[in-house]
Amino acid sequence: MQRIGVFVCWCGTNIAATVDIDTVVEAMKREPGVVHSSDYQYMCSEAGQSRIRNAIKEHNLTGIVVCACSPRMHETTFRKAAKAAGLNEFMVEIANIREHCAWIHKDRTEATEKAVVLARTAVAKLNLNKPLTPGTSDVVKRALVIGGGIAGIQSALDIAEAGYQVDIVEKEPTIGGKMAQLDKTFPTLDCAACILTPKMVEAAQHDNINLITYSEVDSVSGFVGNFTVKIRKKARSVKADICSGCGICTEKCPSKKAKSEFNMGLNNRSAIYIPFAQAIPNVPVIDRDQCIKFKTGKCGLCAKVCPADAIDFSQQDEIIEQKYGAVVLATGFKPIKLDNFDEYSYAASQDVITSLELERIMNAAGPTGGKLLRPSDKKHPHTMVFVQCVGSRDTTGCGKTYCSKICCMYTAKHAMLIREKYPDIDVHVFYIDVRTPGKNFDEFYRRAAEDYGVNYIKGMVGKVAPTNGKLMVQGSDLIADRQVIIEADMVVLATAIEPDQTAKSLATMLTASIDTNNFFTEAHPKLRPVESPTAGVFLSGVCQGPKDIPETVAQASAAAVKVVGLLSKDKLVSNPCVAGSNELLCNGCSNCQHVCPYGAIDYVEKEFRINGKIKIRRVAQVNEAVCQGCGACTVVCPSGAMDLKGFTNQQIMAEVDAICR
Amino acid sequence: MSIEKKEFKPLIVAFCCNWCSYAGADLAGTSRLAYPAEIKIIRVPCSCRVNPMFVLRAFQRGADGVIIAGCHPGDCHYTSGNYFARRRMTMLFSMLDFFGIERERTRVDWVSAAEGVKFSTVMNDFSKKIHELGENRRLGDLRCKQTIDR
Amino acid sequence: MLQKQQLQAETIRRISGVNTRKCMKCGKCTATCPAHSEMDISPHRFVSMVENNEIDALMSSDSLWKCLSCFACVERCPRGVEPANLIEAVRVTAVRMQNRNRLLPENIPSLLNNKLPQQALVSAFRKYSK
Repeated sequence: MQRIGVFVCWCGTNIAATVDIDTVVEAMKREPGVVHSSDYQYMCSEAGQSRIRNAIKEHNLTGIVVCACSPRMHETTFRKAAKAAGLNEFMVEIANIREHCAWIHKDRTEATEKAVVLARTAVAKLNLNKPLTPGTSDVVKRALVIGGGIAGIQSALDIAEAGYQVDIVEKEPTIGGKMAQLDKTFPTLDCAACILTPKMVEAAQHDNINLITYSEVDSVSGFVGNFTVKIRKKARSVKADICSGCGICTEKCPSKKAKSEFNMGLNNRSAIYIPFAQAIPNVPVIDRDQCIKFKTGKCGLCAKVCPADAIDFSQQDEIIEQKYGAVVLATGFKPIKLDNFDEYSYAASQDVITSLELERIMNAAGPTGGKLLRPSDKKHPHTMVFVQCVGSRDTTGCGKTYCSKICCMYTAKHAMLIREKYPDIDVHVFYIDVRTPGKNFDEFYRRAAEDYGVNYIKGMVGKVAPTNGKLMVQGSDLIADRQVIIEADMVVLATAIEPDQTAKSLATMLTASIDTNNFFTEAHPKLRPVESPTAGVFLSGVCQGPKDIPETVAQASAAAVKVVGLLSKDKLVSNPCVAGSNELLCNGCSNCQHVCPYGAIDYVEKEFRINGKIKIRRVAQVNEAVCQGCGACTVVCPSGAMDLKGFTNQQIMAEVDAICR
Repeated sequence: MSIEKKEFKPLIVAFCCNWCSYAGADLAGTSRLAYPAEIKIIRVPCSCRVNPMFVLRAFQRGADGVIIAGCHPGDCHYTSGNYFARRRMTMLFSMLDFFGIERERTRVDWVSAAEGVKFSTVMNDFSKKIHELGENRRLGDLRCKQTIDR
Repeated sequence: MLQKQQLQAETIRRISGVNTRKCMKCGKCTATCPAHSEMDISPHRFVSMVENNEIDALMSSDSLWKCLSCFACVERCPRGVEPANLIEAVRVTAVRMQNRNRLLPENIPSLLNNKLPQQALVSAFRKYSK
């Protein structure tokens, strides 16, 4: 049996004016378990708290009920006071007789009656309280960043600068991501490589950063502070530690028919290749599907010419297992496939290109050496048409329902750069809306239209027809209310972006939730935008939603701060009000596992001695470090095995009973 | 013991989630927005913590109405809890309707921590409905009532 | 008068099943329309006119009968608005109204237009036979 003390606060006149304190104090004396009941003007004051502490000692109380203001206000205060008197801090219940009673009722009898009910409800709950101890777990002082684009690099650099070890896992042979493919960046027009490559070098040379390129995450287990991750290091067929990156092998390689991924397939590369000149690490990879040695067994020219003897055809995939305290997801994006958009003739004509392809064509290190040439006949174009919202804001299922956010700005950038470099080219932009919320963004777009004479047409393109080496673009001009036909040399499609395909499998591995578009969801859309609902998993860059580079970098740094905050702790103290399963009652149905938003529930095979026989049963186990205590699992449990500490079924039932008496 | 009461004083149990609706109720209090005293609030971590058994228990013990308030859809502190609550309660309420407990005696509503006005409006409105409906005579376990009454 | 148009617009929306509010005014229907050169009112304006209850103007327009029902606009619309279904509904509404039938059998020979594909004619007959 509990020995409960009830303390009724006057809150000056805030409570005492409408609630008859004496009635409450006297009524509580008759409640089961109550051995002490008293009142004071200000319970939260030091004098009030010392009364509570003294009463706990004097009456040997096992729990206290404070009838006062909202628990959101002073629950912590009274818990501290109870703890100071040697009581478990979770043996404190608050009856909210100020906000929920005294302040909203005028009638004194009515308010006093309600205050009594609220107080006895708290007593009824407290009668069933059990002391709770917050669990602790260790933190592995190492972070994993998945994805080596600008988001991953920035997160890794910030974490490394704070003094923690970081591993970057990148599936491509080099870090740099999509930003490395860009030519110039809006709205300042500084070249992407000039600002990105120093960061790549910094990441590679940082003592605390370890690059694991050409690798993918195979599996993840564990929880916040203690993830175990298996990383598959794909076979490069080149010994990275002795390769000097001289590039002779790539020159001599006789198989030169593979499409260059880095240049969006606009030119070819050799079977052994370095994606681009500033690649980090500057170590080639053998594309085994293209390599003659792997296909026919005869060749091996690269091995013969390699001065460092670094080629190793027998290399196998390697699995690295490592422990991490936190994981940053920075898996980025890719442009969508245009199979559902036949009207733009993307597949039918080489001169219809995506914006990312145009980035490569405009780039000095690109397939045309920076000269703007039509891909089909390598001739100078005279009329160019840009189409915005290709696949964005499409609710029919052909494209994506969301706005891809970056297209308006990069289209303005492309149009401006082309008009600046080649004033003879007529540039037309078909748009639905031009969205430029960002610092200096609208000025930039207006500059393209006003100073550079880019022709912006409000309307969409309905058809692009390749005709006699030209492209007949049929669109609408809504402001003039007519259909327009433009004879263009090139058409550039501002293709929607979507999360990288690795996001989905990673979400499953990490139980980090994703939305219907496969973007990772944040723990709170406004207040916790860089955290995943799964503790210890953080979000960086476009994998959370479309973003431009400054936003990506800002989010990457924000995620890094969250990681540093986590890694700086030696122990994680968890909220003890978490779910727990009664293994004897659990029937192994997995319902709780399915509803848990945090992936905190695992099923284990366990031996039980039932009627003298040993039986193996599958039972739920809650990981208390991961559980956040929402209680969704308790309701779906058909056998009543799952319960929530601090808010048990019995406690809430007792509260219901106390109210309905 | 007479079951007939001279004046009908309903009993309403409100389950409020800790993060939104309980805070909304606090704000209603701070803003002195009155709602009837027959409404008694039970704090739960999330609307999804409300087991249909609790609702049944309340009716069994003589409650005249039960309301569950949670964060607005999409704003749940635990991401998806209020969606679970909404689905569960839709099913429970239609079953209760089948039992003869009027649909208006039960309600799920969304009140954010900033909506003190909405909290009091919802509670006033709900209480008005219960007053119109009168005492709930279904599901009440009279044995419980007698033993508990002192 | 306005009320009548409003009722008509509601009927048109109901029988076509088109939610005109879904339109985000991108003009892809107009950009796609193969019969646009024959029209006095562009397809994107059909949608906004029904949305704004401007039914009288729409019904007296020739464009209504120039639509081929080729469904290119339905196919291409990124929001699934289905302008062709809307036009079909306007035509049906016009036909159902007494003395407002635009296509009498005896007038067909004079209306024949070599520039328009046969589909338009077939489509028109389909409208008439309803």
